[in-house]
Amino acid sequence: MEKFTGNVWVLGDDIDTDIIIPTEYLALKTVEDMKPYAFSPLRPELAGKIKEGDVIVAGKNFGCGSSREQAPEVIKALGIRCIIAKSYARIFFRNSINNGLLLIENNQLRDVVQEGDTITVSVNEAISHKGKDYPIVSLPENLVEIIRAGGLVKAMRRQNGLD
Amino acid sequence: MGATMIEKIIERNTGKAVKPGDIVTVSVDRVMIHDIFIPFVADKFTEMGFSKIWDPEKVVLIYDHLVPASQVDDTRHFRVGNAFVEKYGLTHVHRSDGICHQLMPEAGYVKPGNVVFGTDSHTTTYGCVGAFSSGIGYTEMASILGTGTMWVKVPETIRVTIHGKMPQNVTSKDIILRLIGDLGADGATYQALEFAGDTVEEMSIASRMTMANMAIEAGAKCALFVADDKTAAYCHMDLTEDIKGLAADSDAVYVRELVYQAEDLVPVLACPSQVDNIRPVRELSGTEIDQVFIGSCTNGRLEDLMAAAKILKGKQVAPFVKLIVTPASRKVYQEAAQNGTLAILAEAGAMITHPGCGLCCGRTGGILTDGERVVATNNRNFLGRMGTSKVEIFLASPMTAAASAVAGRIVEA
Repeated sequence: MEKFTGNVWVLGDDIDTDIIIPTEYLALKTVEDMKPYAFSPLRPELAGKIKEGDVIVAGKNFGCGSSREQAPEVIKALGIRCIIAKSYARIFFRNSINNGLLLIENNQLRDVVQEGDTITVSVNEAISHKGKDYPIVSLPENLVEIIRAGGLVKAMRRQNGLD
Repeated sequence: MGATMIEKIIERNTGKAVKPGDIVTVSVDRVMIHDIFIPFVADKFTEMGFSKIWDPEKVVLIYDHLVPASQVDDTRHFRVGNAFVEKYGLTHVHRSDGICHQLMPEAGYVKPGNVVFGTDSHTTTYGCVGAFSSGIGYTEMASILGTGTMWVKVPETIRVTIHGKMPQNVTSKDIILRLIGDLGADGATYQALEFAGDTVEEMSIASRMTMANMAIEAGAKCALFVADDKTAAYCHMDLTEDIKGLAADSDAVYVRELVYQAEDLVPVLACPSQVDNIRPVRELSGTEIDQVFIGSCTNGRLEDLMAAAKILKGKQVAPFVKLIVTPASRKVYQEAAQNGTLAILAEAGAMITHPGCGLCCGRTGGILTDGERVVATNNRNFLGRMGTSKVEIFLASPMTAAASAVAGRIVEA
């Protein structure tokens, strides 16, 4: 099973999509162009500091707000390997799965991690932090299939006989 | 065991008995795409390998967030949209008729019992006529355009019952804000809200629209009002037995029930910067403000503008306050012009803009700066939504907004 270790960035409750990527940057041509503005209303310095393979640990209702799919896309483009939050807003959850951004729901971790900690994630098994393991609840089968295909676009391409 | 409204709508759509938690594939009755996301939908549609749209008649494309364009790059969205219309034979296209969530019910695209998806979170609005409608991203929209289907998890339902007569200065906006405060911004995540009681039965479709619009601010997947005679008249259709049958059974099972007495409600505000940070207007009375916005898909309808005009008639907006009024659609604009509402607003000192989304999402017109405060009738007060992240946004009803505009400070109507 896939396993990775990443540096942690810690965010609070109700991180909304206008914080993740404000509306004024949504008409930029590509998600690459939007990257510098990610999280800018809350933490303008954050986008410049995130490194490939980092992990976001957040509170409840992550991704609440609009249906903008640029939200998970820009987080993925910044190099974030996965998000571990207490809970997710539903549209953000669907958009993340469809774009192959790994989301893990965990109620405890947010209250014990600190920014700069490292954690290890064994996908579909457990999260390890400072010697303690937190089990990961597995996703419904239809979502696993989308992720296994590499996202919804690839799943559709396969259905249309292209891949 | 009886079924809730959402269970009945999904059963009618799929032809199968369902229960909360089931994952089912629905046939989509209508979709809405707006200008911000059309280039992304078009790209994904091509990338997925589709060559035709499952049913072009069921697709509505609306330009509203970027109309009229404020940046040169915005025009690319119209060019891409127009090319998509041409290539795939779309016929339902609105290039400057108003805000998507106003137009979808107003132009007759949504009927009771329909299953509708839109590339915008406030797609929950169409529950005002008893449709199951929800927001999705552009990748899922592209897959619907190709297949006409989408998977959904049958949600649990929270029933919200409101009895009695609302005080004169309380509107459906105050009710939904209070509910969001009570539920919390994630209190209805993955769930359906079902509204009942004589207070909502008495409400206009416009007032119901305001409540369904903001259901997403409690995380809800959809919001539903039972279709009644008013719904049938609004949708230009008969109230058939089929449609009547979509009302919840008396023994339906709810995950949670909330009951309100309308007489107990007061005008409220969602305070910066969370939609569930709800406080009575009178607690903040006297707070100085810089701007007032009356409009949006939440509160830009004729009854909203008329409620504001009633308060503003013969008065003047405070000299240091900018009052911006945005009718939700061209039809609303025309009706408000014809019945004298716009004249009253203009005489009071309001700036009246074209219908559109620009101000609500902080993209065009009415941007504010550090330390400024705005009382606004839209649906989000997120950090940085209407200017810098140090702007304070207070969400309110059109009545509270109009009264505050005159006073130059937050005040009850």
